[in-house]
Amino acid sequence: MAEPLIALRGVTKTFGEGDAAFQALRGVDLEVTQGDFVAVMGASGSGKSTTMNILGCLDTPSSGSFIFKGGHVEQLDVDQRAMLRRRYLGFVFQGFNLLARTSALENVELPLLYRGEAPQNRHKIAMTALDRVGLVPWADHTPAQLSGGQQQRVAIARAIVTEPDILLADEPTGNLDSERSVEIMELLTQFNTDLGITILMVTHEAEMAAYARTIIRFKDGVVEAVERR
Amino acid sequence: MLQTTFVLAFREIRRHILRSFLTLLGIVIGVFSVITMVTLGNGATEAIRTSIASLGSDVLQIRPGQNAGPGGGNGEVPPPFDPADVEAIREQISGVTAVTGLAQTQGSAIRNAQNWSTTISGTTNGYFIAQKWALSKGRQFSPGEEQAGKSVCVIGQTIVDNLFKGIDPVGQNFRIKGISCSVVGVLEARGQGNFGNDQDDTVIMPIKAVQRQMTGNQDIRAIMVGLNPEYDAATIRKSITGLLRERRGLGSDKADDFNVLDAKQISDTVSGTVNILTMLVGGVAGVSLLVGGIGIMNIMLVSVTERTREIGIRLAIGALSHEVLLQFLVEAIVLSCLGGITGMVLALMACVIAAPLMGLPFLFDVQINALSFLFSAQIGVVFGYFPARRAARLNPIEALRYD
Ligand SMILES: Nc1ncnc2c1ncn2[C@@H]1O[C@H](COP(=O)(O)OP(=O)(O)OP(=O)(O)O)[C@@H](O)[C@H]1O
Ligand SMILES: [Mg+2]
Repeated sequence: MAEPLIALRGVTKTFGEGDAAFQALRGVDLEVTQGDFVAVMGASGSGKSTTMNILGCLDTPSSGSFIFKGGHVEQLDVDQRAMLRRRYLGFVFQGFNLLARTSALENVELPLLYRGEAPQNRHKIAMTALDRVGLVPWADHTPAQLSGGQQQRVAIARAIVTEPDILLADEPTGNLDSERSVEIMELLTQFNTDLGITILMVTHEAEMAAYARTIIRFKDGVVEAVERR
Repeated sequence: MLQTTFVLAFREIRRHILRSFLTLLGIVIGVFSVITMVTLGNGATEAIRTSIASLGSDVLQIRPGQNAGPGGGNGEVPPPFDPADVEAIREQISGVTAVTGLAQTQGSAIRNAQNWSTTISGTTNGYFIAQKWALSKGRQFSPGEEQAGKSVCVIGQTIVDNLFKGIDPVGQNFRIKGISCSVVGVLEARGQGNFGNDQDDTVIMPIKAVQRQMTGNQDIRAIMVGLNPEYDAATIRKSITGLLRERRGLGSDKADDFNVLDAKQISDTVSGTVNILTMLVGGVAGVSLLVGGIGIMNIMLVSVTERTREIGIRLAIGALSHEVLLQFLVEAIVLSCLGGITGMVLALMACVIAAPLMGLPFLFDVQINALSFLFSAQIGVVFGYFPARRAARLNPIEALRYD
């Protein structure tokens, strides 16, 4: 098997200090190979989101190592981690997290802006991404003028507009009905197969996890099981 | 990178027009009041200066007399000047345009049944130059008239009004202090002087005529010296004082027994006072500018809290924390500069309208405009920095979870 794209080795995460200290992760080991579609499952409070935040370079482990493309991420500083996010990672959140009062197009353009893309390119690339999620006619709409499913599709367009290596999605369908959820899952599957984007997705629903090729189950801050299908 | 930041900052300002407007308002009012106060104050100073200058600035008046005050004034009446003093100043002091002695007396001017008591000044044509006083009719004295001390005169408007109602006085005769005198010219009306005196109540004659036929001596009661504005008035004043002290035999232990009165000095004192007032009012307005700055900080801080989630999103999708800092800073600076410019434009409009209504000249003061603008930009930097830093330091996870 190829060198894993991502590997966590003995990762712990402790929140708070002293008596209030709470160990959310107690030695997580996991590997994700390039091009995989992974569903992360587990009971509430088992540490899924905490792990995703570490994988997303938004948070750092208390101990253990996080190896990404062969490099040790836990040794990088804040700005270096931000550069990793900018270059290799895309995020989709349960709550969509689009900028309010900002058109779908401008939301999708935002990562390109931070990447320093020229305005003409920015517009073209963003429109391509909106096209991929089927929202070109809604380009000028603000989040308030879009349905939940549409908002999540904008968020996905924003996440893949920079053609990231990995798409991290924390309960992307958590706020959507099953029909909308299926639409989202189909989009994710399409990006996984067509664009080769590695996908890590947290979900509570078995129907959604069924789209994935690998299922990682969490329990009490450790990986309980890895199922490959 | 910087361009990106500007794009983001402008989008943010446009997106929150009302909030931006309120933020601006404090700065607008501050800059507006500073510039308006100072500009109108400068106009007031200038108005006072020109009105005093029109009464003969660039003129020194030298009169015998002692300065009251400790050590001065021992009861002696100081001697008058003589024609040689006038000659000496004219020949030895550089930077003077005209020097003329003045022999003065009071007397009645009589024509037909009208009788008017007035001041008679014996002098030369230099007087008109030194006083920058033009004639409205007729002519100045001819060299022959000055030389011979002919009984001719140039009269002020008040004399015309009292003795020559309805007729052209030039060429007419009247009696003044017992002698017959013919009018050769009329002075332009000047109205009240610095001290409320009627400047037009005057009869000007060749000095020799006054000395010979009225005062009966060579005494000169005052010397008028016109100054070349390119020379330093204080220096001229000092050399004249030195020269006269020498000529009047005053030892180094003696105080001056004459006064050099300087209209420019009076004008400087008055405009100095107005300047202080202007600065004071400007300072108060400056405080309101500062308050405007605190307003910016306040609103920026609120907007950091309000926009916590947005900052989290930006950080999550790849913004570096210093880019977030820069965005907030640029927003604050753009707002305060916009406020500065708006305040400036409004102030200039207000001044252009108000100055004429208040009878003041409109003087565009580059310095205060530049200063207010730079200060408002500075406010953006200073008061924008704290909220910006706070935004940049947010933990992206917590910021994302915030609502
Ligand atoms: N910032 C924090 N401070 C303190 N405790 C935290 C913090 N974040 C998470 N935790 C705790 O860590 C544990 C794991 O949280 P995490 O969000 O990873 O769970 P999860 O698996 O995503 O659950 P869910 O399915 O409900 O989203 C929880 O008990 C939570 O209370
Ligand atoms: Mg979670």
